[in-house]
Amino acid sequence: MNTKKIRVEPIVFHTLNGLLMIAIAVITLYPFLNTFAVSMNAGNDTIRGGIYLWPRVWTDQNYRAVFANGHLLNAFWISVARTVIATVLSLFLTSMLAYTLSRKDYVLRKPITILVVLTMYFSAGLIPTYFLMKDLHLVGNFLVYIVPGLISAFNMIVIRTYIQTLPEGLIESAKIDGAGDFRTFISIILPLCQPVLATVALFVAVGQWNSWFDTFLYASSKQNLSTLQFELMKLLSSSMNLNSSIASSSGADPSAAAQNMVTPVSIRAAITIVASVPILMVYPFMQKYFVHGLQLGSVKE
Amino acid sequence: MAKAISRKSASADMPKSSFMKKLRGQKQLMFMSLPIVVYILVFSYYPIWGWTMAFQDYSPAKALSEQKWVGFKHFAFLFTDDAFLRVLRNTVAMSLINMILGFVTAILFALLLNEIKGRFFKRTIQTVSYLPHFLSWIIVTGIVATSLSVDGGIINVVLMKLGFISEPIMWLSIPKYFWGIVGASHVWKELGWNAIIYLAAITSIDPSQYEAAEIDGANRYHKMMFITLPGIKSIVVILLIMNMGWMLEAGFEVQYLLGNGVVVDWSQTIDIFVLKYGLQIGNYSLATAAGIFKTLVSITLIFAANSIAKRLGEDRLI
Repeated sequence: MNTKKIRVEPIVFHTLNGLLMIAIAVITLYPFLNTFAVSMNAGNDTIRGGIYLWPRVWTDQNYRAVFANGHLLNAFWISVARTVIATVLSLFLTSMLAYTLSRKDYVLRKPITILVVLTMYFSAGLIPTYFLMKDLHLVGNFLVYIVPGLISAFNMIVIRTYIQTLPEGLIESAKIDGAGDFRTFISIILPLCQPVLATVALFVAVGQWNSWFDTFLYASSKQNLSTLQFELMKLLSSSMNLNSSIASSSGADPSAAAQNMVTPVSIRAAITIVASVPILMVYPFMQKYFVHGLQLGSVKE
Repeated sequence: MAKAISRKSASADMPKSSFMKKLRGQKQLMFMSLPIVVYILVFSYYPIWGWTMAFQDYSPAKALSEQKWVGFKHFAFLFTDDAFLRVLRNTVAMSLINMILGFVTAILFALLLNEIKGRFFKRTIQTVSYLPHFLSWIIVTGIVATSLSVDGGIINVVLMKLGFISEPIMWLSIPKYFWGIVGASHVWKELGWNAIIYLAAITSIDPSQYEAAEIDGANRYHKMMFITLPGIKSIVVILLIMNMGWMLEAGFEVQYLLGNGVVVDWSQTIDIFVLKYGLQIGNYSLATAAGIFKTLVSITLIFAANSIAKRLGEDRLI
């Protein structure tokens, strides 16, 4: 009786548990596969409904429409530019600050650390920040995507914690060889920090790529500064309006647009895929880094 | 935290002459850090000056000396204003729902994923579960709206096929569902991500504890209840307390993107209130007052949470 129970229970448990995990994976993945199917399906056919995992009328018109539309193409490049520039700058400056604050003998270490860490706990708020951007002439300026968020206290702590785990002797021997702090940072610390820098780069890049609120606040009247996420947001809020300007004015194939091959719903699906593919291609390879990075961050001072 | 730092930098207390010598030797460190300090002062500290707007009837056209000071008028107005009390209620309710749902689902997911034996299967599920975390709320709310739509949204289709409902429900137009939809959206987006830290904590539990329990005849549920859960208790307590500090941070994007005219009384949060009064209506003073209220409550909660955590003997917090 007892032995039988022991044999049956694990099988039941593991089967149910496995099924539950598969169900979670399906619920997570289904919306993408559905969006992908819609993006590859002719817009006028999608309206009939019933598209789940597989396109019924295959077409690449939706993607052509995205990349033929001057506004969307420009928004794509703005998104790429802000992501690349901000990630590189932020990584460099944050790790430089982290290095100085990891030096135990640095006389300003304590006051600067407090100054930085406190910024995690408060913010001046939307209105004062908006006025600051206005005073600095950042409103309607590409730099508004780059400048305000360069230093994050959390990222700084993650990098500093990592630097502190490096052997102290490395820095001392660099000093003996006559290297100043800046050279030690560039040629010894930075290369050793690759794993943690990969994590922070992922955090910063994803934040930049996904950001839309700064466009909304500071650049919504400037079409040439619009980003992919902001274009997607505009489409979402106008998705009820079937013949929106983007679909009908798409330069891809005038006849296709006339036949309603491309609709706001199908364009939205195509932009969603374009906006998620870079992330889908990067994050699985960063997994081992960010799992570790997250642990570093949770074991602050 | 301050104590920990002062202990470490105790070496700074040394005779003045050698201090000056040290200072000169650290020119490069200063050169590397002080410009960033100036940057932080400008972007994080200087705007606090703008809080003065909350105590004025601020008008952008006038100079500072011409502004009319009104004391706590705007704060007094906020606490008698039905609209503000409503957004306060929505903010607290949604962050509580998000927090509780987030904790329970992430811990359960971590416990169950930990029981999976196949390494490849486990890794695959885990990788898939992180995915939505990296997507923007724009994409996620788009997915939520599509899934809940009345014409062909998957949720309505499935519920109808299963016979739970006879006709599609307009989920996003029914106020009483809004908080739940926001909570479920958060779970969908953050489940895997939130579980990372628990999974890491579970793997750091000493395996010999499980072996000993097995010898004593413990089954799977005993081991979960008496070894795994106590093993991750401290990290759960820390995260729970820390999250208390973010009580007024129910977010803004989901509510802004999923909200609509029909559910507005249940969807708007303090951040949306600030945005609406400040930048759309142009009542900068009232919006700033609401923002200050939020920041002050958050700081108070965070420091309270910190001291509670310290008293409980958890020293891993900031």
